[in-house]
This record gives sequence, structure tokens and C-alpha cells, in this order.
Amino acid sequence: MAEAAEGGKVKKILYVNRKAPYGTIYALESLEVVLIGAAFEQDVSLAFIGDGVFQLVKGQNTKGLEVKNFSPTYRALEDYDVTKLYVEGESLRARGLVEDDLIVPVEVVDGARMTEIMEDQDVILSF
Amino acid sequence: MKLGILISEGPYTHAASDTAYQFVKAALAKGHEVIRVFFYHDGVNNGTRLTVPPQDDRNIVQRWSELAAQHKLDMVVCIAAAQRRGLMDAAEAKRNGKDADNIAPGFRISGLGQLIEAAIQADRLVVFGD
Amino acid sequence: MLHTVNKSPFEHGCLGECLKFARKGSAVLLIEDGVYGAAKGTAVSKQVEEALKSVSIYALRPDVEARGMQHRVMDGIHLVDYGGFVDLVAEHDAVQSWL
Repeated sequence: MAEAAEGGKVKKILYVNRKAPYGTIYALESLEVVLIGAAFEQDVSLAFIGDGVFQLVKGQNTKGLEVKNFSPTYRALEDYDVTKLYVEGESLRARGLVEDDLIVPVEVVDGARMTEIMEDQDVILSF
Repeated sequence: MKLGILISEGPYTHAASDTAYQFVKAALAKGHEVIRVFFYHDGVNNGTRLTVPPQDDRNIVQRWSELAAQHKLDMVVCIAAAQRRGLMDAAEAKRNGKDADNIAPGFRISGLGQLIEAAIQADRLVVFGD
Repeated sequence: MLHTVNKSPFEHGCLGECLKFARKGSAVLLIEDGVYGAAKGTAVSKQVEEALKSVSIYALRPDVEARGMQHRVMDGIHLVDYGGFVDLVAEHDAVQSWL
């Protein structure tokens, strides 16, 4: 709160997630930015496009990989007041997924709506 | 115009750092202000002073250090990403009980908040990655 | 909005995704391996030609020339140098990098 007040600006920031988890570190380190960024009290949204939708799949079990399963963290985003999660429907369907397969409540949007969401931002952080 | 830069890949493997460097140089030449260059993911590897590229190749790290010195650029390496990848300044090395540090001149280690702050304060944020 | 694409369209879907989400009137800048998408007579040039009806497409000249593609760039795609890249960033409200 203090940081937002000092800066005096509230910006619309969109995190665009287009990469699957575990194969590369982008999804995890992107989530770390979202968590730290929450303290700045900006108008934050997350978009999941393409393979990014795989980040949200239920039932991830990383025991065999010896890496941290960070998917439960998406459920904690609500506690950080990060509640606007948009998933592009066509990306979901192309990967054989439906909304019910996802670990958190999201808003499934079509391509045109996703374009509007992106156009509406001050800053886009893509990972 | 105030510009913020995010670099997500290290030197040499990907073109991201080269493209970002040329972009920043061009932006400064046009009179824009680059308020921060933030290095994240493998991008933190742009900040090691231990790279020794062949003499006929560009020295990516040194080039960033020189540009920072000329223009008082604020070049920030993400601490969490740096710790994962073994990029240290003297204070971090001491704190973590390591026997060496490797950060290049002009770079400083700080938190992810610096990226968010740059995103808020800049007029534009440009991401260079893979 | 300005979109940047840095990957070859023959190996990655980034250009296709970018064109899907780029609103009419926005600008697309091809950089690094993304400049291969600017070539004429390829498997994707029809898609790019179609996109040119609704968005402006630019390619970063140093990347085009480095790859020997300077004589293959299709009509309607503008070549810019790094200064032109900076201008495009300044002229548009936000930048989305399709990494």
C-alpha cells in the first residue's frame, strides 16, 4: 500500500503466460514476479495463452522430477488480491482441456476479448 | 520518454541481450531516458565479469558495463534469479558463505520489486527474451 | 499497440498467435529470427499478406541483412533500423513481445 501511495500511480499490468511449466523456468519465475508485484497494489491481470494454459492443469505431481510443484501457488493468488485470470478458450480446446481441468477459477475468453484485454493495458510483461 | 527494459536471456546463446543493447543505445541517442535495465531468468548471466569471449567477438558484458558508465544506466540483476544461477556481488557472496563474487561493473543486485517499479514509472516497458 | 515477434514462423507458432491477437491498426515488428516471416514465397507469406490488410508490419533491417534476406522481403513490409524500433515503441501505448 505504501509503495502504491508513494508512486501515486496505479497502472494496468498484464502478465502474459505462454509457456508450459517444468520444461523451462519461465512459468515459475513469472509467478514469482506476480507475487512480488502484488505488494505494489497495481491493477493486475494474468493471461494464459497457448501452452501457458498447461500451467493451470489440475493434478500436477512433480515428485518424480525432484522439482517443486508450484501449481498450488495459483490458488494462493486470491490472497494477494490477484483475481483476474483470463484463459484463451481456443488455446484450451486445442490442448484437449476444459475449464474444469484447471486448478483455479478463471474467466475463459475468446480471442477477440483477449485482444481487448491486451489493448487495455499500460504495461505487458511477457514470459 | 522514459523506457524500462527487461532482458530474460543470457549472453551469446540468444540474441535478446544484443537486440536490447542496440535498442537501448538507439533510444539514448534519440534522447530518451532509460530508467532501468532489469535482468531476469538467465538474463542475470549478462552481469558476470568472468566472461572471456574471443577477441574477434563482441564483449556483451563489457559493452553493457561501458554503456552504463557513459549514461549512468541503472542495471539491476534480480537477486532470486541470480542466486539460482551463481551470480554474486561481494555482499551476497559473504552472506551466502561463498568464496568469490563475479558481478561486473555497473550492475547491481536487487529484488524483483525493481522490475515492477520500473514498469510503473516508465512510459514503456520493452521485454527482450526468447 | 506494438507487437514484436522474434522467432521463425517455420518452427514456432508465435507469429500466428501474434497475428491472431493483433487488433486492426496495430503494428507488428519482426526481429531476430522473426524476420524470416517477412520473406516472400514461403509457406507463411500468404498469411502475412492477409495480415498486411489490417496491421502494419515492420522488420528490423540489421536482422534481415544478417540473415541474407534483404532481397526477399515482401512488398508492404517496412524495414526499420534500431532507431525505428525505438520510434515504434514510443508511438504505441504498450508493447507485447511474443516470446
